[in-house]
Amino acid sequence: MDRIIKILFFAFIVRPIVFIVLGLNIQNRQKLPLEGGAVIAANHNSHLDTMVIMSLYPLSKIHKIRPVAAADYFMKNKFISWISINCIGIIPLNRTGSSSLDELFRGCHQALDNGDILILFPEGSRGAPEKMSRFKKGLYYLLKNKKQIPVIPIAMQGLGNSLPKGEALFVPFNCNVNIGDAINVPNSSKEFNNQLKRFFDDQNLSP
Amino acid sequence: MFNIEQNSLYAMIGVLVILLFSTLIYLYKAAKHKEIDYTELKLRIKSWWWMIGIVFISLSVSLNTAIIFFALLSFLALKEFVSIVSMRHVDRRAIFWIYLSIPLQYYWVSIEWYGMFIIFIPVYLFLFIPIRLVILGETRGFINSVSTLHWAAMLTVFSISHIAYLLALPVQNVLAGSIGPVLFLLFMTQFNDVSQYVFGKLFGKNKIIPKVSPNKTWEGFIGGVVTVTLLSGFVAPFLTPLDMMQGFMAGFIISIFGFFGDVVISSVKRDIKIKDTGTLIPGHGGILDRLDSLLYTAPVFFHFLYYMKY
Repeated sequence: MDRIIKILFFAFIVRPIVFIVLGLNIQNRQKLPLEGGAVIAANHNSHLDTMVIMSLYPLSKIHKIRPVAAADYFMKNKFISWISINCIGIIPLNRTGSSSLDELFRGCHQALDNGDILILFPEGSRGAPEKMSRFKKGLYYLLKNKKQIPVIPIAMQGLGNSLPKGEALFVPFNCNVNIGDAINVPNSSKEFNNQLKRFFDDQNLSP
Repeated sequence: MFNIEQNSLYAMIGVLVILLFSTLIYLYKAAKHKEIDYTELKLRIKSWWWMIGIVFISLSVSLNTAIIFFALLSFLALKEFVSIVSMRHVDRRAIFWIYLSIPLQYYWVSIEWYGMFIIFIPVYLFLFIPIRLVILGETRGFINSVSTLHWAAMLTVFSISHIAYLLALPVQNVLAGSIGPVLFLLFMTQFNDVSQYVFGKLFGKNKIIPKVSPNKTWEGFIGGVVTVTLLSGFVAPFLTPLDMMQGFMAGFIISIFGFFGDVVISSVKRDIKIKDTGTLIPGHGGILDRLDSLLYTAPVFFHFLYYMKY
């Protein structure tokens, strides 16, 4: 049942918006990870980011793609949390910082063990339109003890103009999507963020 | 539904035969020269089948389907244009209104309100875009934004809507019906692109406009103009209300302005240093890469026909 809701939601709402109203120019599509557990690390400018990444996958795989999203935002009322959980399948993350790392990451680790593909935004929040913020360290700590999990960077450009943070007016623009080579998690968060930054620097989206 | 007049039906069949013939040549070449990579050609031909299929179906179903199809084409072209040129972030709110002008412009077409159709973009939208930008209050880069947005609206909404208005003109050539002139314009424009390319490949020596398009030559240009002018004279009486003499003139206009439409979009691409305007049509690039000549031939052919016959 969960799967059917998701497939209908993506087939009739998300994919027409992403492919017809927006339109994607995709580079290096072959680098998209088709099997989990894997983590996609993308730049974050808009709510559309998650929708675009998920639309890169066929409908048959959509239930395996799990965006990790802030619980305080996406679970704030019944309607939004119903959509977030049932239509999109987010893994809620508690940002208040009161729980231990293990507890914080439990949902993510379970999903990775289950062979799911997580979508994370290392900048933490959407920030100013079409500009990158500094990377946070959460992704490194999430994978610190799971170094076999590959991290695939995806750069998106244009969505910050289509639907930027804090605006309700949606304006269609083509979105350029570039998928990078998988990164293996190194031994320090600094090195990890540098490797990620190098990919986004090449796209002129640097923090 | 699906009542295509005789001459238009023959023209469509003719186009499909040409396409089938090209596909067979490609298959033969690909089978004979296995060592050569024909992927690009394969993508191009496949996309031609899709494009021609979509155009023919939307023209055949009903007048309104065809009008909606050209409105969608305007939408895709405008979106591609505003996505490749660099705009200020605040301009998105003005761009939104240009998108809204598309359904209105095509509505004027569907109710055959020529007076409104012909002034809506060049007068009302022209005056409105700066008003919207003034209300946004960002004066830095104002002139640049106003000009870019107005040009975008003229190229992608106003120009393309002329193809749709050809459908709304009262039918004079009964055997061709309302879609005859559209088929004529689309075919001659695309055939001009192909002829200029082929003549350029075969005889090209003297560059015509090297700074913009290093592959374009005088030989290709003249070859295209002669071929399309001659062919138009024979095809025009069959598909349009024009007689043979007027057909020669129409072909001449289409081939000259088709060339300029092509190089104008090339200049846009040179300016922003991109090769293609998008990736929507595999093997061809973006929608503007395919529509470039049509952006110029549609209004000039329309007004030639309108002046001569209406």
